[in-house]
Amino acid sequence: MKLDSKVPAGPIESLWDQARFDMKLVNPANKRKYTIIVVGSGLAGGAGAATLAELGYNVKCFCFQDSPRRAHSIAAQGGINAAKNYQNDGDSIYRLFYDTVKGGDFRSREANVYRLAQISVNIIDQCVAQGVPFAREYGGTLANRSFGGAQVSRTFYARGQTGQQLLLGAYQALERQVAAGRVTMYPRTEMLDVVVINGRARGIVTRDLVTGKIESHAADAVALGTGGYGNVYYLSTNAKGSNCTAAWRSYKKGAAFANPCFTQIHPTCIPVSGDYQSKLTLMSESLRNDGRIWVPKKAGDKRPPGQIPEEERDYYLERKYPSFGNLVPRDVASRNAKAVCDEGRGVGETGLGVYLDFADAIRRLGEHVIRDRYGNLFEMYERITDEDPYKVPMRIYPAIHYAMGGLWVDYNLMTTIPGLFAIGEANFSDHGANRLGASALMQGLSDGYFIIPYTVGNYIAQAKLDKVDTTHPEFRNAETQVNCLTKRFLEIKGKRTVDSFHRELGKLVWDYCGMSRTASGLEFAIGKIRELRDEYWQNLNVIGSADELNQSLEKAGRVADFFELAELMCLDALDRNESCGGHFREEYQTPEGEAQRNDDLYSYVAAWEYTGPGGDPVLHKEPLTFEYVHPSQRSYK
Amino acid sequence: MRLILHIWRQKNPGTPGKMVRYEMNNANPDMSMLECLDVLNEDLMTHGQEPVAFEHDCREGICGSCGFMIDGVAHGPLPATTICQLTLRHFKDGQEIFLEPWRSKAFPLIKDLVVDRRAFDRIIAAGGYCSVPAGSARDGNTLLIAKDVADRAMDAAACIGCGACVAACPNASAALFTGAKITHLGLLPQGQPERHARALNMVLQHNVEGFGSCTNIGECEAVCPKEIRLEVIGRMNHDYIAASWSRR
Repeated sequence: MKLDSKVPAGPIESLWDQARFDMKLVNPANKRKYTIIVVGSGLAGGAGAATLAELGYNVKCFCFQDSPRRAHSIAAQGGINAAKNYQNDGDSIYRLFYDTVKGGDFRSREANVYRLAQISVNIIDQCVAQGVPFAREYGGTLANRSFGGAQVSRTFYARGQTGQQLLLGAYQALERQVAAGRVTMYPRTEMLDVVVINGRARGIVTRDLVTGKIESHAADAVALGTGGYGNVYYLSTNAKGSNCTAAWRSYKKGAAFANPCFTQIHPTCIPVSGDYQSKLTLMSESLRNDGRIWVPKKAGDKRPPGQIPEEERDYYLERKYPSFGNLVPRDVASRNAKAVCDEGRGVGETGLGVYLDFADAIRRLGEHVIRDRYGNLFEMYERITDEDPYKVPMRIYPAIHYAMGGLWVDYNLMTTIPGLFAIGEANFSDHGANRLGASALMQGLSDGYFIIPYTVGNYIAQAKLDKVDTTHPEFRNAETQVNCLTKRFLEIKGKRTVDSFHRELGKLVWDYCGMSRTASGLEFAIGKIRELRDEYWQNLNVIGSADELNQSLEKAGRVADFFELAELMCLDALDRNESCGGHFREEYQTPEGEAQRNDDLYSYVAAWEYTGPGGDPVLHKEPLTFEYVHPSQRSYK
Repeated sequence: MRLILHIWRQKNPGTPGKMVRYEMNNANPDMSMLECLDVLNEDLMTHGQEPVAFEHDCREGICGSCGFMIDGVAHGPLPATTICQLTLRHFKDGQEIFLEPWRSKAFPLIKDLVVDRRAFDRIIAAGGYCSVPAGSARDGNTLLIAKDVADRAMDAAACIGCGACVAACPNASAALFTGAKITHLGLLPQGQPERHARALNMVLQHNVEGFGSCTNIGECEAVCPKEIRLEVIGRMNHDYIAASWSRR
């Protein structure tokens, strides 16, 4: 396997223009003769499918939900960045590019990030034209806010539902193409394998989740917009159905998987309340603007917060980072919360939580001001926890919510399998080791509306594809494999449910490959994961049959893939002997306890190649060079 | 806490369904209703029985996947709340509750509490969009939209397409859903070129799908987890009548 990033040569400002000019075009009259499969209907997949259809291609779009409008992009709250500089506060494409490369802790590809910043401005225009009801000023112009520690106001938003509104824009564009007959939509259909013929991706095998029917679909190119793998941790802020199956099965067919250990942990989530808990709920990061974070000084102090006097409280972020205080970046805030809980000073019944206290802000500003700023969040918190945050401090704890890693792609967003593209969170491309707030939506839409419509055409124009249909033996082989796997799950007839394994796996990954990692812990985890995986294949209990709606059978396949991914994550984390972004190796920290990168040895993208069942994955390195933004150490003291 | 659940069990559309009684002795007031079903399902599977099929995804009240009737009320007793956000502390210890799927001809049942809501996608496909291919947009700030107009459009755009309005309506009308999209786009300048065609085509599709007519009962508004107002139905009717006139 050879990694060729295909980044054109030249000054960074003109790379995308140059690349577009160099691309081969497909004659408009010929486009309808080509079929493109898009898997996933979120911001990347939905936008990509709609736009490819607008160009005239014949598109088949697949999602496992009952409607494309339910893709998990819908849950994004905060906003979407764009270098519009509408606020006249010094923003520019270059500044957004610079912030994103630096925020990614210098582990992303400069050319991709620059293109993302360039396209960001077109995204806002496109979404406005579609009727996305962005927040407005009284004069009628678009409103902005600052977000995620940026020093300029470049975030566009639609209340706390920006992801929902952007997704509905893409969904409506998609439905318009469905009505026009250019997109065939396959809801409740899960991709279970990619079919590679003569070295090129030529289709997929799917399962109809209602009838259980296994089907093949042939195409000239396949694009995966299948999201991230945060659910490997079981408890995460991802939707329950989010999974890595499409990406993972592509990996097993020859697509390299990049930087799997780069996962992001969000510091302000509502803590776990019991062992029945099914998922975690995010509370907006903006709460840290007015809330003060503390834990008791004494370990095991179980008094209610109101009875702990001021001098027995430890405002640990203010103590350790006097200049940034409670506003340190996500990775630092998360790690410190874990550290105090590990010392036995965590709060709440489980001891896994820290206080986020608004008492001072209420005293200083009055309850009405706090209600104006955070009323809806306080209400949501109270609804879940039954505690009134105006009277009792909130309890928060970090949770997984995004995967920076994903399928390796070149500048054209093509994986190492020709004809297989990966877009949005499913690829690894733009966020390096840490994603900044309000940039996931930007990347999804950039990939979908403005990048793959060009690059897929360029591929098709040059590929000289033979006619292939689903009678090809490779489709039969893939179908047989899928059927065997399904049969195997149903025949184990063991004692444990899928969820009980998933929960145990998630805890292992969280404990050893979560907020902080050590070589010995990772090695231990790999052993444990293998042990548990062996048990999975012997003691799993999947009730029901293959030819009906069977939600535990669906989960069984996804969790089987999570087991394998979890091992690769640990392997990748073990290889990376440095701390950067969301990846914190305890052995590599500065004397003050901060993350210590090693740019000499680890300034690369780790792309893993599958070598068959039982074989060790092979690491390929794509070196990263920084011509424009020079690596520096982050400090928040 | 203890709960007695009566749940509609139906293997598939071709097999008759029935209410089945389950006792939950290990419920916890902090659980959500869906987590309660998770626990029940784990228990059923451990005893070799088929779990209850129900729809869910984000569990934060935004994706619109979940929803069923609790004691005859869509999304249960708490106003402005989807079932995934409804915790058991709103029920009494020992209470008996009845869970049933959305019932409407246009939402055929798939299994247990899961129904097919594709009719909603087809209503959107009939005209719930602005026709702007990617790349054809002008600068976002060249279009000024008064804040109150943008806010009202956002109020209507907040619809999550869960189907509670249909389930609650004695006529099984989807007027609230259809009206919400017609209102969202009809209020904005971007939606004007296709405003009349949109109203005509979406209402037509709504009727073709087999949803009933609106007779202003207001049950939809009462159960809507996103508090979409009846006003959107008024706007739908206004646009539909205006369009019918101008198209004569």
